[in-house]
Amino acid sequence: MKAPPFRYARPQTLDAALRLLADEGAGARLIAGGQSLVPALNMRLLEPTLLIDINGLAELTGIAETASGIRVGALTRHAALGASAIVARRTPLLAAAVPFIAHEAIRNRGTFGGSLAQADPAAELPACAVALGARLEIAGPGGRRRVAAHDFFRGVYETALGRDEILVAAEIPAQPGATLFLELARRQGDYAIAGLAGWAALDRSRITDARLVFFGTDIRAVEARAASAALATSLDAAATALDRDLAPVADLNASAAMKRHLARVLLRRACAAAVTHAA
Amino acid sequence: MGRGRLPRATFGMSDAVAIRLTVNGARVERLVAPRLNLVDFLRDELGLTGTHWSCEHGACGACTVLIDGALARGCLVFAIQLDGANVETIEGLTESGALAEVQAAFHARNAVQCGFCSAGMLLAADALLRRNPEPSREQIRAALSGNYCRCTGYHAIVDAVADAARERARRKP
Repeated sequence: MKAPPFRYARPQTLDAALRLLADEGAGARLIAGGQSLVPALNMRLLEPTLLIDINGLAELTGIAETASGIRVGALTRHAALGASAIVARRTPLLAAAVPFIAHEAIRNRGTFGGSLAQADPAAELPACAVALGARLEIAGPGGRRRVAAHDFFRGVYETALGRDEILVAAEIPAQPGATLFLELARRQGDYAIAGLAGWAALDRSRITDARLVFFGTDIRAVEARAASAALATSLDAAATALDRDLAPVADLNASAAMKRHLARVLLRRACAAAVTHAA
Repeated sequence: MGRGRLPRATFGMSDAVAIRLTVNGARVERLVAPRLNLVDFLRDELGLTGTHWSCEHGACGACTVLIDGALARGCLVFAIQLDGANVETIEGLTESGALAEVQAAFHARNAVQCGFCSAGMLLAADALLRRNPEPSREQIRAALSGNYCRCTGYHAIVDAVADAARERARRKP
């Protein structure tokens, strides 16, 4: 189908965009890359009264190295994230995840902030943001606030972002360990049936610290705290502990039991590979 | 992406908004409603029917075009967003010869059955070869994974892209 009719605005400043959002109320939608929003419009799942195009907002662009890590503007395209030397050096997990996001045509337009704000439970970047301890900078009528990625994702397409707020950037600490990234999908570019994003700090071949985040299994990216802690004991202990972390939800691809199984498989594969690589 | 030359006003859903952009090297100026999709703009306003509509939600790749030199889904962008942009379609890229080796290889390998996916396949294949001149068959398959061929003629298409890569390497001085 074709998108329903809407009014269109292309503000040039963040303040102007915030004013438009506040004035329009519930009918307003922001469009950045549009790679999830436009399908929803074309399928008439959404009928916004006003589309606010934020592609002109310079405040939302750029990748910068900071003292503690990196700062990624919300409008950063997936392709730019994947091509950035700063990202590859400071947060290699993000660089590892980008090739798994949809297809080249989508990665050229889809944005980092858009993926976080969309909060698809099977998407790669929300899981990476949680795994890396990102802090999300949000602008609203009352000024700026920061929310930890861990608290930002609430459920399927649900976040801490208010209707009158705009995600501006993510501040991401430098990655403290080796990259763990694996995902299982039926075809290249599809959303994950189950995926793992995380890092592991190793002392020779022993994992001393790790953070494992699973996506595609639950209603949101889930930090597997019990499994992460148990990694210091053994892989078997971590795989068993994972049952306490996950509450898988069946979808068209897999039952909850299968997702639970696949998450264990990913945990074993990723951690075994990291240990082998370090040895 | 637009260049912000539009005035700052909000446009009504029935407004005809002037946009200026470059399509296949030619300057184009048209009035568009906000909801007008790039694919409909190309086909209905400009008569460029090589860009195809199929799934209309970004899954199939039949509407693949280049926007500012980068591969994009035509169905996932509105014309009003492209004020100031540079759009290239199968027509322009055929005329300039940019796709010549890939097209010749598709022809030689019979990698065109019904032809509906071909424009998108050719653009995606060319984008791959520009960033990776010597792709493996796995890399070709990965690069074309966002373009569906419902005749399922994938083997011949992968063969053709591999041939085109060799031909480009041979011609390179």
